[in-house]
Amino acid sequence: MKKIINNPESVVEEMLEGIVNAHPEYVKRLEGFNVLVRADAPVKGKVALVSGGGSGHEPSHGGYVGKGMLDAAVAGEVFTSPTPDQVFEAIKAVDGGSGVLLVIKNYTGDVMNFEMAAEMAEMEGIKVDSVIVNDDVAVENSTYTTGRRGIAGTVFVHKIAGAAADKGLELKEVKRIAEKVINNVRTMGMSLTPCTVPAAGKPSFELAEDEMEVGLGIHGEPGTHRDKIKTADEITEHLLEKIFNDIEVNEKDEVAVMVNGLGGTPLMELYIVNRKVKDILQEKGIKVYKTFVGNFMTSLEMAGCSVSILKLDDELKELLSAKADTIAFKQFEE
Amino acid sequence: MKSTELMIKIIDNIATTIHENKEYLTELDAKIGDSDHGINMDKGFKMVQEKLHAVKDKDCGTILKTVAMTLVSTVGGASGPLYGTAFLKAASVVSDKKEINKDDIVKMFEEAIMGIKMRGKANKGDKTMLDALIPAYEELKKSIENNETIIEAFDKGQKAAYEGVEYTKKIAAKKGRASYLGERSIGHQDPGATSSYLMLKAIYDTLKEAK
Repeated sequence: MKKIINNPESVVEEMLEGIVNAHPEYVKRLEGFNVLVRADAPVKGKVALVSGGGSGHEPSHGGYVGKGMLDAAVAGEVFTSPTPDQVFEAIKAVDGGSGVLLVIKNYTGDVMNFEMAAEMAEMEGIKVDSVIVNDDVAVENSTYTTGRRGIAGTVFVHKIAGAAADKGLELKEVKRIAEKVINNVRTMGMSLTPCTVPAAGKPSFELAEDEMEVGLGIHGEPGTHRDKIKTADEITEHLLEKIFNDIEVNEKDEVAVMVNGLGGTPLMELYIVNRKVKDILQEKGIKVYKTFVGNFMTSLEMAGCSVSILKLDDELKELLSAKADTIAFKQFEE
Repeated sequence: MKSTELMIKIIDNIATTIHENKEYLTELDAKIGDSDHGINMDKGFKMVQEKLHAVKDKDCGTILKTVAMTLVSTVGGASGPLYGTAFLKAASVVSDKKEINKDDIVKMFEEAIMGIKMRGKANKGDKTMLDALIPAYEELKKSIENNETIIEAFDKGQKAAYEGVEYTKKIAAKKGRASYLGERSIGHQDPGATSSYLMLKAIYDTLKEAK
């Protein structure tokens, strides 16, 4: 293992310290907890959004804490769900009196721990509701889930539900909108290399020099199949084919595209993928409303990418374009 | 012996039992899970043992709630919230009570099982801790309804739990990480059912000793 770390046991702790040092105008840390909240939390009268999960997916989720997106992000150990007491503290710290929506990626551990935190908060009289993101079309059940996994599409949920909350909508409405995003977003990924969890010290799987794993999850869990490496265009075609087999997008429909890097892939390659995405969508007569290319939901140093397609309507378009100002996601008003 | 005193003793014994079986539980988990069950449970119950002292004069509800919150914040994974929920639900039955009776015990057990079912969205036959706990609860309840002693009730309960663990060898997992092995999980006993059995056995042993 070759990593710039001090001690495998303290990577999350030290990362959080580094984030707060760099961006005190955006986030502060809840003392004694691995929780980042907005610097101005709690925002009175606004529905608060709380997300989180295992670490190792940076900038998810701490990078999305700020105006127009999350109010708090809870960081578990690398690829391990945070415990309910941590999530509970986050909920208490950001509740501005209008309730809290939890955005949970669909992993058994995450769902159990977040739901338990929600019950603890309700016992204290805080209104809490939750949504579960399951955008991955690759596999129905995986190493860590019953049902589909939640991956990069989660960032769209943060953005759009965050904008809805920022607009002053009530909890029920913010939840409805978050669910609308979940129902309309699909993601498919692939990787060229595995990643190494610092505490484990060795890669979670092996791939030969000329192989790729298609449909894998963001923790290195197996995907649909292993294949010989292909060209960027062929890979992109396959990813989009899987997505369009799962969601009906018709001519003249509008979509948002996210080409997401898994941590170890140069932007150059992500843009090459995006070029083909645009071509395929154009051929189908689908309009691209907005495109996001970058590292949004990573898997440590894994090389690879995922493509997400979000089908839009007027409501989602407006919220996607609303102002957001966070460490890793900025949207200026148009 | 006062109920609270006995409860502290029981929890302390559960912690010791889990510690003694740390390697065993981890080995079971290595075959069908991610080989951390013994390690995580031991970590949690060690912390429970440390925290017990501070609540030894409190009511039964507070004692169990302390166990629950400690497990929840230290065990992690799925076992943390599952056992945490079980203890939390049991705590709600005896909040503010310093003395508890047979009916409380049946109710606590029942609530704990409902909590695990809800949290894990699982049921009997899924190859989980419920395969040990549900038969144990049924036997214990029957025994108490027949006016047998608490010791007899827990003896029947722990025996049923043991049979439940044996039964998990014969079935395929439907929940948790083991479920991805599907049919390949047959032949292996469930680590969660095993830790549940060990806890019931520890309760029985403590009661027998304290008589």
